[in-house]
Amino acid sequence: MPIQYYIALASCLFCIGVVGVLTRRNAIIIFMCIELMLNAANLLLVAFSKMEYATAIANKTNLTAGTDAQLFVFFIMVVAAAEVSVGLAIIVMMYRNIHSVDVNFLNRLKH
Amino acid sequence: MNDLIYLVPLFPLIGFLINGLFRKPLSKSAISVIGSGVILLSFIVSIILFFDVKEHGGTIVNYYNIINVEGFKIPFAFQIDQLSIIFLLIITGVGFLIHLYSTSYMHEESTDHFGRYFSYLNLFVFSMLLLVMGANYVIMFIGWEGVGLCSYLLIGYWFKNDSYNYAAKKAFVMNRIGDVGFLLAIFWILKDFGTANYTEVFAKASTLPVSDATAITLLLFVGAVGKSAQIPLYTWLPDAMAGPTPVSALIHAATMVTAGIYMIARSNVLYSLSHISQDVVAIIGLATAILAATIALYQNDIKKVLAYSTVSQLGFMFLALGVGAYTTGVFHVMTHAFFKALLFLGAGSVIHAMGGEQDITKMGGLSKKLPVTSWTFIIGVLAISGFPFTSGFISKDEILMATYAYSPLLFWFAVFAAILTAIYMFRLMMLVFFGGFRGTHEQAHHLHESPSALLIPLIVLAVLSLIGGFIQLPEVYGGHDFLNQFLAPVVPAVTHEGAEVATKDYYMLGGTIVGLIIIFAATRKFFAVSQFEGRYTGFKKILADKWYIDELYDTIIVKPLNSLAGFLKSVVEKSGIDAVVNGTGRFVNYSSRQIRLLQSGQVGNYILFMVLSITVLFLVFWNQEIIVQFLQKIF
Repeated sequence: MPIQYYIALASCLFCIGVVGVLTRRNAIIIFMCIELMLNAANLLLVAFSKMEYATAIANKTNLTAGTDAQLFVFFIMVVAAAEVSVGLAIIVMMYRNIHSVDVNFLNRLKH
Repeated sequence: MNDLIYLVPLFPLIGFLINGLFRKPLSKSAISVIGSGVILLSFIVSIILFFDVKEHGGTIVNYYNIINVEGFKIPFAFQIDQLSIIFLLIITGVGFLIHLYSTSYMHEESTDHFGRYFSYLNLFVFSMLLLVMGANYVIMFIGWEGVGLCSYLLIGYWFKNDSYNYAAKKAFVMNRIGDVGFLLAIFWILKDFGTANYTEVFAKASTLPVSDATAITLLLFVGAVGKSAQIPLYTWLPDAMAGPTPVSALIHAATMVTAGIYMIARSNVLYSLSHISQDVVAIIGLATAILAATIALYQNDIKKVLAYSTVSQLGFMFLALGVGAYTTGVFHVMTHAFFKALLFLGAGSVIHAMGGEQDITKMGGLSKKLPVTSWTFIIGVLAISGFPFTSGFISKDEILMATYAYSPLLFWFAVFAAILTAIYMFRLMMLVFFGGFRGTHEQAHHLHESPSALLIPLIVLAVLSLIGGFIQLPEVYGGHDFLNQFLAPVVPAVTHEGAEVATKDYYMLGGTIVGLIIIFAATRKFFAVSQFEGRYTGFKKILADKWYIDELYDTIIVKPLNSLAGFLKSVVEKSGIDAVVNGTGRFVNYSSRQIRLLQSGQVGNYILFMVLSITVLFLVFWNQEIIVQFLQKIF
């Protein structure tokens, strides 16, 4: 499948994630959208890795091409997991205090 | 002798500083003694220097280099040679007499203004000495500017009167117009010769192309026109009579206005190279002499008559310089200093006796009450009219002879101007000192002879006006031609070519007889005049109103300049520059108000801005080369 399809899909997923972060009020939904953005990036990385392997095979050169991007995907997943755990811990603390997960409640930076 | 040279300008400088800084605690007599004493000391040193120069010739004393760059030096140096020592003697000698006179004339002023007056006078003498003692054109220019400044300060001495301030401004501005020409000449000299020192410039002068010499000399003459009140820059001098009378005597008769003559006499080597400039100098001098003489015929203020007389006599001096008779020009400077200072100081004495009145329609018959003043004034009038064997006669005759040798046509015009001189001076003398008194009764009672401090300078100057001419008596009468010989190393001697002795004799005799007839006629007309209204009609009114030249300048120059300045102020300055500057401030205010709204305190807004910024950064990064190329194309 041509690489443009993967790029288009990943871009759409990323944009949906960005809009979600900016627009939604529920903190957990915002986290989901952040995960969406990270996974869009993962998708793109995997797609490009496959593209590189495919061109390498076609030219009969390096048979282990494209492994760097797959490694990076693992890194992103690890970071996502760590970040989610920390973030959810913060949301739990927030819920314990104000009994809601509405982010608009936190506009305290101005006063 | 070189050790004494710096003392000559130093004394007046010290007098200026002491009188200027300490005028409040000092008493009037202390101020007078310091102010006049320093000039006397300078005069004594000048006499010593004179005898030294007579024996050994001139010297140049270098002090330090004002400008000292690679290959280009302008030293602060004094050159005392025959020409400058004559001027030194005139300035310090006549200056001392005028300081002495001022101590009594200005005694009604309060002490600190009295001190201010003397400090300005001393500063003036200092600047004038710098002018004549300088060894290069730059030092001369320093003195030139200094005397212009002091003229402004002293004309506007009674600063509470607006019209006096206006007259002072007028004098200064017209001076400055001339100074532009002088500066351009100095720059041209520096460019052509690489130095401004007289000795070097005059040694190399013959290598100049005639066009350069003409340009330099004409520009120098522009400077002289401004300083010495020739056409077209003469209108400041009659207005300068707003200053105290001793100031008019010193600055506007004897010394400052002769700075232009000194400059041209000093630069005679350059002027001899260019016939065009000599013609220009002679013709403008002659035209000024005639114009001013015609105006003086119908003036009603004593000092204005004398002011126009000064302009006219300066015209004679420039005529002498223009026809190549440089020593004669200097000689006339000397005799003019004597009799014009005498006349001005005598006028001051008359004004003092009349309690401040300067209008001759209110005077008359003063010779009975003011004997010494009237006798010295009469001697001054005889000298200026060229009565035989007074100093003025000898110098004016020399000028006329030199003019005749140059061009007979100019000679007849010069004779006409000399006749007018005799007429208006005798008119003045008759109306002031003879006839019936035309003033009020209080003025008649107030009339009294002046104190001796006013009279002694008058007597000394009267004696000098009578005998001062004998230092340059031509051999025809058995004299020694002393001044001519004395100045010969510096200024080419007048050789009286082109006119034989016999012709000169006849012309002199004829001139004398005609002069005496004129004098007699003028006397008859104005003697014992008891009714003198002083109002004129028709052509006389044009002369009395100074040929409307002031009004002409007003319309052509002053009013357009004023409206241009007004336009610049209200349109360019207010709407243009102020709008830009204030607008910048307002713009900054406005934009900061708008940008402040970005800080809403809402996290969501901040995240939005983050996302937008990252997008923009990404776009810029993606299109880096295109953006760089675009920016390079603009700048």
